[in-house]
Amino acid sequence: MNTGRTSAGPMSAEPAGRGRGGGTRAVAIRARGLTRRFGAVVAVDGLDLDVRTGEVYGFLGPNGSGKSTTLRMLCGLLRPSAGEIEVLGHRIPREAEALKRRLGYMTQKFALYDDLAVTENLGFVAAVHGLDRAAAHSRVEELLARYQLTEQRDQLAGTLSGGQKQRLALAAAVLHRPPLLLLDEPTSAVDPQSRRDFWDALFELADAGATLLVSTHYMDEAERCHRLAILDRGRLVAEGSPRDLLDALPGCTFLVEGASPRAAQHALTGAPGVLSTAQIGASLRVLTDRRDATAEALQRQLAEAGLDAAVRATTSNLEDVFVHATRPGREAAA
Amino acid sequence: MSAFSLRRLLAVVRKELRQLRRDRLTFAMIVGIPSMQLLLFGYAINLDLRHLDAAVLDQARSYNARELVAELAQSQVFDFRYRLASPAELDALLREGRISAALVIPPDYERRLIERDRPAVQLVVDGSDQVVQQAARQLAAAPVGALVAPLHAATTPGQVEVVNYYNPGRLAPLNSVPGLIGVILTMTMVLFTAIALVRERERGNLEFLIATPLSPLELTLGKVLPFVAIGLVQTTLVLLLGRLIFGVPVRGALWDLYLAALVFIVACLALGIFISTLARSQFQAMQLAFFIFLPQILLSGFMFPFAGMPRPAQWLAEALPLTHFVRLVRGIMLRAAGLADLWPELAALGVFAVLLLALAALRFRKRLD
Repeated sequence: MNTGRTSAGPMSAEPAGRGRGGGTRAVAIRARGLTRRFGAVVAVDGLDLDVRTGEVYGFLGPNGSGKSTTLRMLCGLLRPSAGEIEVLGHRIPREAEALKRRLGYMTQKFALYDDLAVTENLGFVAAVHGLDRAAAHSRVEELLARYQLTEQRDQLAGTLSGGQKQRLALAAAVLHRPPLLLLDEPTSAVDPQSRRDFWDALFELADAGATLLVSTHYMDEAERCHRLAILDRGRLVAEGSPRDLLDALPGCTFLVEGASPRAAQHALTGAPGVLSTAQIGASLRVLTDRRDATAEALQRQLAEAGLDAAVRATTSNLEDVFVHATRPGREAAA
Repeated sequence: MSAFSLRRLLAVVRKELRQLRRDRLTFAMIVGIPSMQLLLFGYAINLDLRHLDAAVLDQARSYNARELVAELAQSQVFDFRYRLASPAELDALLREGRISAALVIPPDYERRLIERDRPAVQLVVDGSDQVVQQAARQLAAAPVGALVAPLHAATTPGQVEVVNYYNPGRLAPLNSVPGLIGVILTMTMVLFTAIALVRERERGNLEFLIATPLSPLELTLGKVLPFVAIGLVQTTLVLLLGRLIFGVPVRGALWDLYLAALVFIVACLALGIFISTLARSQFQAMQLAFFIFLPQILLSGFMFPFAGMPRPAQWLAEALPLTHFVRLVRGIMLRAAGLADLWPELAALGVFAVLLLALAALRFRKRLD
């Protein structure tokens, strides 16, 4: 425990220009110029990151955008090629060992033992964290009850359902009551109901004061985060609360109805001002890059292609933000 | 901050034993490999040949000739199944592979025995099988010489007399069982540890464990310690079966034997740990283990005599732990030697273990990159 360094240190100062919303809160994670190369591939490229204590911070990005690599560097599993990291006041990777007592890490793939029972897995994790027999027993019982695993207590972990495995992994990650939790796509293998339950559990932890960093590629999950960072090919392309990100979206979103969506898509793809199109059921969702782009202008373009369609403006959502931010060749104005 | 925690180490040991108990196949192998190999080497792979099919072409048809055939037959090395009338028959039988050797007694056998200017008899051997050739040749030297003696009164000393000291019955199991302990330990210890360690990484467990206070030393030791016990169980099993089935004795001190086995087990585990730091998958670990297993079997002196190997092979053999263990275990079990006599071999094993553990520790980084 006596790591020589108590939490705050030089990082407790309010980061400039980021006072919005949360007021002055301590920084749990701070990274500057974080870079990781694998041979010639740059997986993470000059990432700056500030995660405040007590917030649920989301990492949104497509596969291969560097989410997992960043998480691994933050908990000292991977050595950064360049850049500085400070997590809970510990310099990483130098003080990674001290951090490991205060960090919970949930891996993307189920990382507990398939051939051990639920209680055996948790008992093992408890012992690894140095809990004595009595403390381990009571903590395991508490977690079984909280994460609805009491009935499965003697079942081998390999035979659990996706949602049950997820809850077991979370229980193992929080067993030692870490103030910081890193979760790498925790819900990628569970059904929607389990995902909602899982997020309720995450907010319960946040309410209890923990800081959570969650990577995901689900928009609905990203929307629930206090703040989120959008990653694209190793770069941070947008950051802020979901509300802020929507407000800052420079374009507009339209819905094209009445014409064949595929024909409309064909007519609008590559047209001036059109960033992207996506078919949603019988309609086409169109993202434009100008605030003053009008429904009439789009309608005219469709008419030129011989299509008679109704175009109406619609409210933008996080997916539009994501599409806009990760558009190739476009530097986000974050 | 405590660098090493007994509680964490024991947690890993307990977990490992639980998993092992559920892994029925591995559990069966722990007992199955020693038993099967013991029977295999004890019965089937008999390097000391007996009952070779043979023929006799007796052209002398004398009392002495019949005496010679009877003498040779008694050795049980040859079963004289065919009495031939002509050299042509002999050629045919050999070519067809129906006999491995043929004894040719020339018409002037007695005269040759007295004049001694030419070989008295000929043993024609199927040279395409080296083992047969060697066995036949060895055998030919002694008894024929012995037969020469009576005719020559007591004036011919200098016959080659092979006195077999530690294995008078020339029983193969007596030679192979002690070495077999080493072979079985090499096979199971190296393979099991290498796979057990790589499995943790392959299944993704390691990524979680790395983010906990568990240290690489605790993890590795905890995973390997159960195998030390398993290795000792296997040693006991082979000793017991060897005793019960083949009557192989332990002439030296049992304590010495177990100490030697323990050091050898540690050396094998060190090798397994080292392999696990090289291999990326369980399959690779298995390949690497076999890659190292084969030269150990062939060069250690377990199968072929060390002295007969070319120099470079001998140097290589000295670098293999099994070579030293085979010498140790044969010395202790058959010659009643003590560790005081054999300490250089024990020291070599110790050096090997320490060196490999150091190498493995250098390679093992508690990070994913």
